[in-house]
Amino acid sequence: MTDAPPKIRIRDLCKSFGSKQVLDGVTFDVAQGTSCVIIGGSGSGKSVLLRCILGLMTPDSGSIEIDGENILTAPASRRDRLRGEIGMLFQNAALFDSLPVWENVTFGLLARKRLSRRDARTQAGEILAQVGLDPSVGDLYPAELSGGMQKRVGLARAIAARPDMLFFDEPTTGLDPIMGAVIDGLIVNCVKTLGSTAIAITHDMASAQRIGDQAAMLYQGRLVWQGSANTLMDSGNPYVDQFTHGRREGPITMELRR
Amino acid sequence: MDMALDLVAGIGRATLSLFRVTGAIALFALSGLSHIVRPPFYGRVFWGSFLETGFFSLPVVALTALFSGGVIALQSYTGFAQYHAQSAIAGIVVLAVTRELGPVLAGLMVAGRVGAAMAAQIGTMRVTDQIDALDTLSTNPMKYLVAPRLLAGLVALPLLVLIADVLGVAGGFLVAVVKLDFSATAYITATLNALKTEDVTVGLVKAALFGFLITLMGCYQGYNSKGGAEGVGSATTAAVVAASILLLAFDYLITDLFFSH
Repeated sequence: MTDAPPKIRIRDLCKSFGSKQVLDGVTFDVAQGTSCVIIGGSGSGKSVLLRCILGLMTPDSGSIEIDGENILTAPASRRDRLRGEIGMLFQNAALFDSLPVWENVTFGLLARKRLSRRDARTQAGEILAQVGLDPSVGDLYPAELSGGMQKRVGLARAIAARPDMLFFDEPTTGLDPIMGAVIDGLIVNCVKTLGSTAIAITHDMASAQRIGDQAAMLYQGRLVWQGSANTLMDSGNPYVDQFTHGRREGPITMELRR
Repeated sequence: MDMALDLVAGIGRATLSLFRVTGAIALFALSGLSHIVRPPFYGRVFWGSFLETGFFSLPVVALTALFSGGVIALQSYTGFAQYHAQSAIAGIVVLAVTRELGPVLAGLMVAGRVGAAMAAQIGTMRVTDQIDALDTLSTNPMKYLVAPRLLAGLVALPLLVLIADVLGVAGGFLVAVVKLDFSATAYITATLNALKTEDVTVGLVKAALFGFLITLMGCYQGYNSKGGAEGVGSATTAAVVAASILLLAFDYLITDLFFSH
């Protein structure tokens, strides 16, 4: 999408479940240090695409290159190392219920033995402060937090290891518009501060424009549009126009049973 | 003709499904076992699982063993009194408890308590993306979630059964001495005479296997659950049912192997 060499390069990615083709030859690049937002309706293949990039799902065919290396054919040890360069904010934060917030935040650092538990407790406070939470929140358990706070803790966990790549799965879903804007602001701030390359999937147009430098739209497993996130509301593409303006009429048809 | 073909096809599908599930469980078990002996080790998770499986199951297992020992003493007295063979009661109680009731009842209690809890916990982690989150945080879920629980089951059940054995015999002793007017010294002597090392060790071997099977089914069903709350509920039920059936089936096989001669 830009002239810079791509950090993430995806070519002809296909994935199907039985007879249902979920990804159908998806091809796009994300340049180093930029944010790409992928929009699309429910069931368009956004989450599957993200899971394939994260290595949580294996595509049927195609390639996913990180810094020019196809991770699908890379040795397991290389893929494991790659995980250390990734931060992920899940749709419902996916915090570990059985651990206090501070352990959630520093889980990846402790797993990689980058610091002791005592240091982790201190560092968790610093990371929580970066997402606007008081360090005392570290002693609470996820069930004691509101949805917005859980998202912030999830973001804190994602950025704790200062990853090269950040992924966001519908970061504002379930939040009120103000909290959504706060989370978007934190995401943009974290991405810029870390200089990370980011991919976010969302169907929240306001969020997409706030987070993304670039944008792409998935429909029925295919990328039907790519461009600047600024042009999302005025793209000239009939699919994007129908989606972003929420029109019933247009090329996008909803599969409804009567 | 069509009905016959449908029947054969149905049997074929069920057979293939059985093999597929058995193979999947076997691979899951091998993977879990291999992670027990390969670093990194998660001592805190193991310790938590050990306490949950062993220590917190102690009250229910202890009470079950105590009352079961008492019931055997009472029932065997009723039967043996007809043949003036009351002196055999001590031997009956200790053999029944150490060989069978200790491991089986402890196993069934732990399956209901711990196997269900493990399936629910891991199943909830699966449907709320927590297991995927582990993956993205450079942590192998098999190593972090499954291996420590399998090891906890292997270690905790024999310890629980050892305590159940003592309490089961004590239950029989209390009923015999307090209710049936047996001599305490004679009862203890008869118990020690009837008991062989093999009775206890085979019971402990059974316990270790049962502990493994219970945690294996809890972890397997939870790990593979899908479909939200309903899926987690189904996984929990399946874990308890499968563990209980496997436990009784393996109990028969081990008993046949060691005691049928």
